[in-house]
Amino acid sequence: MTDLSVTAPERSGTPATTTSAEDVPVRRHSRHLLRRGLKHVFMIVASLAMIYPLLWMVVSSLRPNDEIFRNPSLFPLSFDIDNYVRGWSAQSFEFSHYLMNSTLLVIGCVIGNLFACTLTAYAFARLKFWGRNIAFAIMLMTLMLPIHVVIVPQYIIFSQTGWVNTMLPLILPKFLATDAFFIFLMVQFIRGIPKELDEAARIDGCGHFRIFFQVILPLMMPALATTTIFTFMWTWNDFFGSLIYLTTPDNFTVPLALRSYLDTQGASDWGAMFAMSVLSLVPLFLVFLFGQRFLVKGFATTGIK
Amino acid sequence: MSAVGELSQILSRGRNRGPREKHPDNRAGLVFMAPWLLGLLGITILPMLASLYLSFTDYSMLAAPEWVGLENFQRMWGDTRLHNSLIVTFTYVLVGTPLQLIAALLLAVLLNQGMKGLSFYRSVFYLPSLLGGSVAISILWRQMFGANGLVNQFLGALGFTGMPGWVSNPDTALWTIILLHVWTFGSPMIIFLAGLRQIPQMYYEAASVDGASKVSQFFRITIPLLTPIIFFNLVLQVINAFQTFTQAFVVSGGTGGPSDSTMFYTLYLYQKGFGQFDMGYASAMAWLLLVIVAIFTAINFFVSKFWVHYDD
Repeated sequence: MTDLSVTAPERSGTPATTTSAEDVPVRRHSRHLLRRGLKHVFMIVASLAMIYPLLWMVVSSLRPNDEIFRNPSLFPLSFDIDNYVRGWSAQSFEFSHYLMNSTLLVIGCVIGNLFACTLTAYAFARLKFWGRNIAFAIMLMTLMLPIHVVIVPQYIIFSQTGWVNTMLPLILPKFLATDAFFIFLMVQFIRGIPKELDEAARIDGCGHFRIFFQVILPLMMPALATTTIFTFMWTWNDFFGSLIYLTTPDNFTVPLALRSYLDTQGASDWGAMFAMSVLSLVPLFLVFLFGQRFLVKGFATTGIK
Repeated sequence: MSAVGELSQILSRGRNRGPREKHPDNRAGLVFMAPWLLGLLGITILPMLASLYLSFTDYSMLAAPEWVGLENFQRMWGDTRLHNSLIVTFTYVLVGTPLQLIAALLLAVLLNQGMKGLSFYRSVFYLPSLLGGSVAISILWRQMFGANGLVNQFLGALGFTGMPGWVSNPDTALWTIILLHVWTFGSPMIIFLAGLRQIPQMYYEAASVDGASKVSQFFRITIPLLTPIIFFNLVLQVINAFQTFTQAFVVSGGTGGPSDSTMFYTLYLYQKGFGQFDMGYASAMAWLLLVIVAIFTAINFFVSKFWVHYDD
């Protein structure tokens, strides 16, 4: 009897053929409930463990420093925004300056990726031209190329054009479709758009540019949203690129500003550091909240057939 | 199909692809591809060639590159800090990535069993992987595993007092970063979840009728049908893990310390190239990294023939 309920199929609901018809489903039902309950308990504990550090950081950003070092709990809250006040103006520029720099960088990179990756993806998904398969394979390979093998000469090039300590070295590559991840994502998406649509447009006399702008692009909104959101998040978080190219504090982005906290404060003023860290995560969190379904879909479609 | 799957198919198909293709869109192709082609040439291929050339030179950006032949590579042979950075990075990749993928797979399977609150749990598990690469989280980690940090406060409450700082101890510092890596299992988990959705329910129903237990269903249905996705995650996560930088930089304050225990390969490369402007040596290191990543990827692709099942 017991092993029957262990192997009981959860979803098929095949009726048990043995013994009394009333007894078995009831027991099976309670076993089922118990197992379900345990699963939820496990998931809740696991979720808490996953986000505990984040919640604790938020709470700590509202605590005086000496309490951060004594209090592992999330309670009691002593609301104190002093950390934020101190942190906001602890660097050579106010934190709003770095937020603005990061925002400008993100806008440039989003526009670049949307412009260049859509064009490239349309060509790969819809056009028949010489060398397409080879180009596509090369594009997929650049997806896996470590940035380090190009970063030194890129730096030399940009330093000779006098662009070091500007945002151009970080933005320009996006206009040249260097983020192969998004090209692939968009190719996948365009392949899912019925070909009959552009064939009909072609019969009506449209060229590729009109098909691209008037047929494909409007249908690509989910893919464009995904690209925007991912570009936002990755650019906002990018540390390596900014670290190499942005050298003076007036050009620092948020990650660099946070890094200089660590340098100047050592390990003394965690409260202020946490306060600014929390601020730096707020835009990401908002984008995550509103863009979640695009994020999930974006990851899913690049991963599977 | 995944990027990795598609690439392996194009590469294995080779030159015999049947009837000759026609290319009616050559001109439009060139126009649409122009940004990408420019980028490929100017931002990728030329710099790669330049980097290859520089790896045989001594170059500090102050004077013209001076050809030194294989000297950089000979230096690497005797550079014990570099050897150490390789050990650190290999440990991180070989321990962190499997742990991260196992966590991702298990949670995805749990989440896929049609439970209530799926989207809530999914978001909670996914969030860390979106934030994990940020400087803010690395700062948090540095505090959490510091001498007075969150972890030691918890241990203190349990009676373990006087614990040293985990990030300031050479034996444990790397493991805190590996833990951070495992914590970000959300993005492979999302891909696994999407893959699990594709497995037809009838397989499980048939297996249940035959009396197969949940465990054997997992190993005989779920895992085999998921192998292309496991493979995809494995390839990409290994490549990404080799390039980890921010976490090591911030947690160690840019030093790779204590005693070089968190001196990741990319951090050492950064120090050589952009700290000491030893650009020739940094280029040689970059090429070694490329070779290592390529070897790992090639091994992955080669071994995949024996365990990855595509249904077509």
